[in-house]
Amino acid sequence: MVLVWLILIPLLGALLAWLGGRWSSACAQGIALVAMLGSLALSLWLWRNGDYSLTGAGFTASLGVLPQWAFEFRADWIPSLGISFHLGLDGLSLLMVVLTNLLGAVAVCCGTRDAGTRPGLFYFNLLWNLGSVIGVFLALDMFLFFFCWEMMLVPMYFLIARWGQDAPGGRRREAAALKFAVYTQSSGLLLLLAILALVFFHQQATGVLSFDYHDLLNTPLRRDVAWLVMLGFWIAFAVKMPVVPLHTWLADAHCCAPAAGSVDLSGLLLKTGAYGLLRFGIPYFPEVAHELAPVAMWLGVLGVVYGAVLAFAQTDLKRLIAYSGISHMGFVLIGLYAGTEQALQGVVVQMIAHGLSAAALFMLCGEIQARLQTRELGAMGGLWATMPALPPLLLFFALASLGLPGLGNFVGEFLILLGTFSVAPLVTVVAALGLVLAVAYALIMVQKTLHGAPHRVGTLAALDTPTLGLVAVLGLLLLGLGLYPQPVIDLARPSVQAVQHLYAAGGAAVATDAALDTEAVTTGAPQ
Amino acid sequence: MNAIQFDATQLGAAQFGAMLPIVVLSATIVVVMLGIAVRRCHRVTAALSMLGVALALACVLPIWLGGAEPVVVTPLLTIDAQAGFYMLLALAAVLGVLALCPAYFAGYAGDREEIYLLILLGGLGGLTLAGASHAATLFIGLELLSLPMVAGVAYVSHDRRALEGGVKYLALSAGASATLLFGLALIYAEIGRLDLGALAAALAGAGADTPLVLTGGAMLLAGLAFKLSLAPFHQWTPDVYEAAPAPVAAYLATVVKVGVFAVVLRLLHAGGGTAAAPFVNALVVLALASILVGSVLALRQDNLKRLLAYSSIAHFGFLLIILVAPGAGTSAVAAIYLLTYVVTALGVFGAIALASSPAGARDRELLGDYRGLFQQRPWVVAALTLMLVSLAGIPVTAGFIGKFSVLVLGVAAGQWLLVGGLLVGSAIGLFYYLRVIGALYAAPPAGSPAPAGTTVAVRWSAGAVMVLLAVLLTLAIGVYPQPLLNLVSP
Repeated sequence: MVLVWLILIPLLGALLAWLGGRWSSACAQGIALVAMLGSLALSLWLWRNGDYSLTGAGFTASLGVLPQWAFEFRADWIPSLGISFHLGLDGLSLLMVVLTNLLGAVAVCCGTRDAGTRPGLFYFNLLWNLGSVIGVFLALDMFLFFFCWEMMLVPMYFLIARWGQDAPGGRRREAAALKFAVYTQSSGLLLLLAILALVFFHQQATGVLSFDYHDLLNTPLRRDVAWLVMLGFWIAFAVKMPVVPLHTWLADAHCCAPAAGSVDLSGLLLKTGAYGLLRFGIPYFPEVAHELAPVAMWLGVLGVVYGAVLAFAQTDLKRLIAYSGISHMGFVLIGLYAGTEQALQGVVVQMIAHGLSAAALFMLCGEIQARLQTRELGAMGGLWATMPALPPLLLFFALASLGLPGLGNFVGEFLILLGTFSVAPLVTVVAALGLVLAVAYALIMVQKTLHGAPHRVGTLAALDTPTLGLVAVLGLLLLGLGLYPQPVIDLARPSVQAVQHLYAAGGAAVATDAALDTEAVTTGAPQ
Repeated sequence: MNAIQFDATQLGAAQFGAMLPIVVLSATIVVVMLGIAVRRCHRVTAALSMLGVALALACVLPIWLGGAEPVVVTPLLTIDAQAGFYMLLALAAVLGVLALCPAYFAGYAGDREEIYLLILLGGLGGLTLAGASHAATLFIGLELLSLPMVAGVAYVSHDRRALEGGVKYLALSAGASATLLFGLALIYAEIGRLDLGALAAALAGAGADTPLVLTGGAMLLAGLAFKLSLAPFHQWTPDVYEAAPAPVAAYLATVVKVGVFAVVLRLLHAGGGTAAAPFVNALVVLALASILVGSVLALRQDNLKRLLAYSSIAHFGFLLIILVAPGAGTSAVAAIYLLTYVVTALGVFGAIALASSPAGARDRELLGDYRGLFQQRPWVVAALTLMLVSLAGIPVTAGFIGKFSVLVLGVAAGQWLLVGGLLVGSAIGLFYYLRVIGALYAAPPAGSPAPAGTTVAVRWSAGAVMVLLAVLLTLAIGVYPQPLLNLVSP
C-alpha cells in the first residue's frame, strides 16, 4: 500500500495545488512542494527500511524463479482482461523514484518564475506528470505501465504549450509542444501494440490472459515475431531517451519549455526510456536484444558523438545543454546493450548523474535568462565579473558534464566504457572520443558565458538563497556520487545482476543457435 | 409474398413489457405535440420531453438487466439484451441532447418548441432500430431516425447555411435510403424472406456469392455506410455538422450512429459471426478509407464542428474492426466502444453548445473563436479539453478504454492491417485534437470582445449538468472500467 501512496501523494498534491492556486501562487507552490517533499521522505524511508538484496544472480525467468521485490502491491483492476494494479519496488526503481521526487521538488521550486497566471494549473500539470513518472518506475503490469506512460504526455504538453516561451528562432511553443506530443504518442501507440501482441502470444502459448510482468517474462516467441514485438518496445523507449535518429523533438521541446519543465524533461522523462529498456525491453527479449546489440551500441556511439558535435555548434545556451543530454544518453544506450554488470551499473549511475547535472544546468540557464533576457551565447560573456555566485556553480556543473573525475558523471561514463570494452572494444574506443568532444562543448559554454568582456555594465542581481541552496544540494549530491558511488551501486546491484543474467542467457542461446547453424552447414556440406 | 403474420392474442404481458419504452416514448411525443398545440411554453415542453425520455429510460432498465430471453413482439420487433442495451444508449443520448436544448435555444427568436418534438421522433426511430427484426422495421426506424433531422439541421431557418445543410441532408439521405431499399429488394428477390435473421444468414452464408445477394448486399452496405458516414459515403457529414445547431449535431453524432450500428450488428454480425468474404473485404476497405479520410481531412480543419465530423468518420472506421473480427465477445466490445464514444461526443458537443452564445447568429465554431477562451470560460474549456483528450484516446479517459478494447480485439483477431490503421489514425488524431486544445489555452487574440481575465460566471442549466455528468463518467470509466465491462459482457 505504501507504494500506492508514492503515486497518490503527487497526484493528490496536484489536485490540491490546483485548488490552492485560487488563493495565491505561493499557496499552490507550497502545497506542491509539501507533496513532493512528503513523497521524497516516504521514498527515503523505503530506502532505509527495505531489503533490496532479494533478486540477484540467482534470478532466471526461464527456471520459473520469479523476481523478488522489496515492496510489492497487487490489487485487481480489470480482472476480465487479466489486468491488475501491480506495483513493485526494487533497488533500481527506488533509485529512480528518489531521483524523481528530488528533482520534482527542485522543479516545483523553479516554478516561482514560470507559473504566471493560473499557478494552480501549472503545479497541477507538473505534479501530475511527476506522479505518472513515479507510476512508470513502479508499474509491473503492462497495462498500468502504459497507462502511466501516456499520462505523462498531456501535462507535459501543457507545460510547454501554455507556460513555455517562443524560441528566438521563431519556433512557436505550441508547435514544439505538439512535436513532442506527436513523437511520444505515435511511439507510445507502437508500444501499446507491442504490449498487446506480447500478451496475445503469451495467451496463445499458455492459455492465460495476463498483462503481468511476471507472467510475460517468459513468453516463448518465434524469432521473427519477437523481433517485431521488441521493435515496438524499443522504438517507444528510444524516442524518449532519445536515440539519435529519433531525437529531433528534444531540442525544440527544451528550448520552449519553462525551466521547471526542462528539469522535469531532461532529469526524468529521458530516464523513463532507459528504465523501460532495462526493466522491459531487454528482459522480455534477451535473445533478440543480443542480435540488436551491435546496432544499438553503434547508435549509442552515434548519439555520443553527434550530440556532442551539435552541442558544440549551438548558439543558444539551452539547446546546447539539451544536445549534451543526447550525448550523455548515448553512453547509457551503449552500456545497456553491452550488458555486462559493470556497464549496467554505469548506466544506473549515469542516469542519476545526468539527471542531477542537467537539472542544475537548466536551472542556472533559467537564472541567466531571467537576468539577461536572452539565451544567445553571443550576447553573453563576462558573467564572471558581473554576477556573484552563479559563475563558479555553472563551471562546476559544466565540469561535471564533461566528466571530471570526482563527480558523478565520470563514474557513470567510466563504468560504462570499462564494462563495454570486453564486449565491444571498437565501440568503446570511438565512444571515448565523445569524452574529448564533451570537453570541447562544456568549455566553450563556460568560455562564452563567463569569460570575455561583459556585454553590459553593472552587476547583475545575485541568485536568491533558495535557488542557491537547491543548486548547492544538487552539486553536493553529484560530488557524493562521484567520490563514493558505492551505496548507489550496492542498491542497484541485485536488479542489475538480474538483467545481466537474463541478457547473458539470451546471448548464450543466440550463440548456441549460431553454432547449430554452422554445424548444420558443415555437416550438410559433403552431401 | 409472405404477409406478416400478426395475431393479437400473441401479445402478452411480456410483450407489452418489452414494448413499454417505445410506447412511453410515443405517448410522450403525442403529449408534447398536443401541449405545443394548446400553448407554446418553452420550459414546459422541455421538461415534458425530458421527463418522458427519462420514463422510457426507466422502462428499458429491466429489459437490459434482466432480459436474457429474447421477447418476440410481433415478427417486426425482437427485444433482447442487446436491443435493451442499444435502446438504453439511444435514450440516454436523446436525453443528453434534449438537456442541451433549453439553454441553447433560450434566446432563439423563432419557434423553440418543435425541436424537442423532432428529437423525440428521432429517438423513437432509434428505439425501433434497436429492436428491429424485420426489413420493414429497419426501414421505418431508419427513416424516423433521420427524416426529422432534416428539419432539425435547418431549424435556424433564417440562416442560409442551415437551409443548405438541411436540403443536402434530405437529398443525400433520401438517396441512401433508396439505395438501401433497392438492396433489400434484390436480396428479397433471391431468398424470398424479409426478416433480419434470414437477411443476415444470406449475407453470411454460402449463397452470398449469387449476383442478386452480392449486388443487394453491396447496396445495403452503401446505404448503411452513408448513415454511419463512412468514407467514401461521408461527404455530407462535415457540411451538415457545420450547418446544424450544436444540439442537433450532437444528435447526429450519437443517436443516429447508435441506432444504425445496432441494426448493422444484427445484419452483418449476427450471433458473433462475420459476413461472407466479399462483404468483410468491403468492410475492411471502408474502415481503412474512413480512418485515413477522417484523420487526414481533420488535420488542417479550422472549424471545430467540421473537425469533429471528420473525427467521427475516423472513429467509426475504428469501430468497423468489430464487424470484421469473429467471436461472441465482439458485441461487448462494440458496446464499450459506442458507450465511451457517445459519452465523449455528448460532452464535446455539450461544451460547444455551452460555449456558443445561445442567441448568436452562428455557433462558436471557428478555432479562432476559441482562442484564449480559457480566460473567460475556464470550466467549459476544462470540460472540452477532457473530452478532446478522450476522443484522442489518452489514458484516464473513457476514450482510452474504448480504443484499448478495440485494439485488444483487433490483435486477438489478427487484423493487423486495421490495427495498423487504428494506430496511424490515432497518431494523426492526437495532432488535430491538440491543435484545438492549444488554441483554447493560447493568449486571446488582440481586440477580442471580452478583455482577458474576465471570467464568465458558471450558469447552471440542464446542459451544464449533462456535461458535468459526461465529464464524471468519462473519468470514472477511464480509471475503473471493470463495472462497465461486467455490465456489457453477456
